[in-house]
Amino acid sequence: MQPTIANTNFKTEPYQINMGPQHPATHGVLNLLLTIDGEIIKKVEPDLGYIHRSIEKMCERDSYQQIVHLTDRMDYLSSNINNEAVCLAVENALQLEIPERVKVIRTIIGELTRISSHCLWWGVMGMDVGALTTYFYGFRDREMLNDIFEETCGARLTMNYNVPGGLMLDIHPNFVKRVKKFVAHFKTKIPEYDRLLTDNVIFQKRTKGVGILSKEDAISFGVTGPVGRASGYSCDVRKYHPYSALDKVTFKECLKTEGDTFARYQVRIMELWESLSIVEQLIDNIPEGEHRVATNAVIKLPKGEYYQKVETARGELGVYIISTGTKNPYRLKFRSPGFSNLSALNHMAVGGKIGDLVATMATLDLVIPDIDR
Amino acid sequence: MNKSLSILTNIHDWLFSIMPEGVASIVEMVLIGVAYLGFFAIAGLFLVLLERRVAAWFQLRIGPNRVGYLGLLQTMADALKLVSKELTGTIKADKFLYNLAPYFVIVSSLMALAVFPFTKEIQAFDINIGVFFLIAISSIGVIGILIGGWASNNKFALIGAMRSGVQTISYELSIGLSLLTMILITGSLQLSEIVEVQKSGWLIVQGHVPAIIAFMIYMIAGTAETNRAPFDMVEAESELGAGFHTEYSGMKFAYFFLAEFINMFIIAAIATTIFFGAWLSPFGITESIPWLGVFWFMGKALILVFLMMWFRWTFPRLRVDQLLTLEWKYLLPINLVNILIMALIVWLNLTIKF
Amino acid sequence: MTNEALQQLIGSWFPNPEVDEIPQIIENLETSEVLEENVESSKPINPSLLEFTEEGSQFLSILVQPEHLYALMNQLKLNKQTHFDYLFCLSGVDWGEELGVVYHLESTTHRHSIVVNVKTKNRENPNFDSICDIWRTAEFHEREAFDFFGIKFNNHPNLKRLFLTEDWEGFPLRKDYVDEINMVIK
Repeated sequence: MQPTIANTNFKTEPYQINMGPQHPATHGVLNLLLTIDGEIIKKVEPDLGYIHRSIEKMCERDSYQQIVHLTDRMDYLSSNINNEAVCLAVENALQLEIPERVKVIRTIIGELTRISSHCLWWGVMGMDVGALTTYFYGFRDREMLNDIFEETCGARLTMNYNVPGGLMLDIHPNFVKRVKKFVAHFKTKIPEYDRLLTDNVIFQKRTKGVGILSKEDAISFGVTGPVGRASGYSCDVRKYHPYSALDKVTFKECLKTEGDTFARYQVRIMELWESLSIVEQLIDNIPEGEHRVATNAVIKLPKGEYYQKVETARGELGVYIISTGTKNPYRLKFRSPGFSNLSALNHMAVGGKIGDLVATMATLDLVIPDIDR
Repeated sequence: MNKSLSILTNIHDWLFSIMPEGVASIVEMVLIGVAYLGFFAIAGLFLVLLERRVAAWFQLRIGPNRVGYLGLLQTMADALKLVSKELTGTIKADKFLYNLAPYFVIVSSLMALAVFPFTKEIQAFDINIGVFFLIAISSIGVIGILIGGWASNNKFALIGAMRSGVQTISYELSIGLSLLTMILITGSLQLSEIVEVQKSGWLIVQGHVPAIIAFMIYMIAGTAETNRAPFDMVEAESELGAGFHTEYSGMKFAYFFLAEFINMFIIAAIATTIFFGAWLSPFGITESIPWLGVFWFMGKALILVFLMMWFRWTFPRLRVDQLLTLEWKYLLPINLVNILIMALIVWLNLTIKF
Repeated sequence: MTNEALQQLIGSWFPNPEVDEIPQIIENLETSEVLEENVESSKPINPSLLEFTEEGSQFLSILVQPEHLYALMNQLKLNKQTHFDYLFCLSGVDWGEELGVVYHLESTTHRHSIVVNVKTKNRENPNFDSICDIWRTAEFHEREAFDFFGIKFNNHPNLKRLFLTEDWEGFPLRKDYVDEINMVIK
């Protein structure tokens, strides 16, 4: 008996769907155009610009003190470090002598900001893979830090504590005590994070072997920060181009070689420990002195080009200023870490499933205003 | 205490005395149906609130506690809100199937509720193929999901419904086999007989090692059956919409939602009946007060419900292919081997009896 | 490598063909003072086609002509002694009369940095060679430069606007960009 031959000559087309811009998994307004074949992803194309505020054009007409206020709206989770970048660029250009006290406080607050950003990252990472409780635990610890910042800097998210020349105000008398209490508290919490998520079999199966980025690709794509370090690329700006008080502290650079999502996760958890250790080394010995060096009311940088690199929680932030001697920069460019990290997303996600894309994006730790500026 | 239970026999006799027999039995059935519907609604409302309070407790917050004492009227308020919503529908949706789908899931849940022995006298439908009936009825719920996804005329809802259907059908196998493992001890499918056998020790104690394995497999498979986390990739896959109930709104959505919670209760109730001795108290301490059987049953079932909620708020989600691998490559072979072990133990009379 | 060594090495890749004319000028030095004016007025001949400068910047800066850009970049990455494998900043700049691109490069093995400048006077239709195949990070950065300055890059795989919508007219970061509605001029 002849078997009936069904017509299986279906034409298959790639299927394009939109992920975003309003979407719980894409931290911010990011539109991803996915081309999928069943469950496998064929191409990921990011569509940016939903929160583009032309910060670089605004910087061309603002004074240098005003530019500092624009920077913490870029990567709002490491706002202090962004402010520090512009202040350092201006101070190095003017060749100002910054007091030791300012440097140490800037480093402490920078590391606390990094811890706060990683706490939020951990909470959101758990939420993206489905463990909905981690969000609250991450925020509980971030609240303690926000309260410390509020007492000293006056704001919880966009702090603007740094000015070219130093700090706007001296630290609050309670600062040292509260930071010590926080460090002691947080040291008991990170093992809790490990028990909840890192050692969980389901989480490891979701993240091991997913979204692999090799070291050569990481360097070629310009991927820095924890993402680059998880692929074995040693790129910590705090080690190679130290700024503020970072050359006085000892800390390890956290490197892993696998380059998959689980490695990126582990690198950030290790960074939490390292940041805590930096804060501990500095908090007891804040030198006395001025909290601010006087500058002119109207700052004019000498003619030339200046580049300052700092390490934010996401990677290497670069501030490139071209000045012609006037009171506004001729051109100011921010080299944002998220921009380069996002360009590697297509390379990492192709061939995997949609669930893997969500896990990979969670470990890239993108903040879209940082990318869109 | 015995007087209260005799109320039911009094009502039964009174009905039969004032009406001819046929009508009386129909009226009795209607009354029982209404009582169970009421129980279904109230249990649903209570379970939703319980889930929210338990979730809040895990997440270091309080949960709803304003509406009514301890928030007890919260779900009532939510239900009222849902009733007042507009019932939207897509243009090209198949109207008949679209409206029919929620009823499939509700009917299957209600019918499953009918066979549970809440206490010795309170059991609506004591059929001699009890366990088989339960498994068969829960399969009808799948039809509701598939019809709902298809009739919405929405690509993403269809994909979600397909995934959900595949997941449910796969895990039904594990549920059936693990229940079968326990039937080897009792020798009967009838639920009241199963409870009788457990008077000499709960089945999980009688069957020691294979029974504990069967219970663990049953809890995993039961959580997957109701599409709850950590197996809820289907609903929480928000890139592809909200799963099969994307296009439902208002009361119809409430049906799906309630049915999910009642299904959770049913899974817990089945486990209570078969593994933990339904309304029997441990070591027979309150044997003389039959009324308390209801509280023992509900208490045990609620502990298992709490366990399922605990899973949801702790574990990450499994990917769809990992989910199916778990079932077909791990749970199924373990189950089959477990049945063999249990058969050996029963044959060699190695069960623990008190 | 120090800046002088880098300057020597990179300069030697693009020797200036005019260097051969130097002996002629030296011969003429022995004649009368009329030629002394020529000697004073003639500038020192650059041995290389590239212009190096270190003033006004903390890095060594190279100015290269657009036609040699791709070759220079390729050599900078492939040569084992320079090995600039990390492009950490690519910015478009509007220099007033010219449009240009500034590339900041760093080597992850030798840890030295360098800046490459390229300019063109063609404001209507500026284009340079794309270096996407050398450093893949350039894909997004060149799209951004195209979006804001209108600089086209030859052989770019996907040269479209990145941040602004497809139908936006004009190039905002140019100095002569005028927008009545959105720009606030102080």
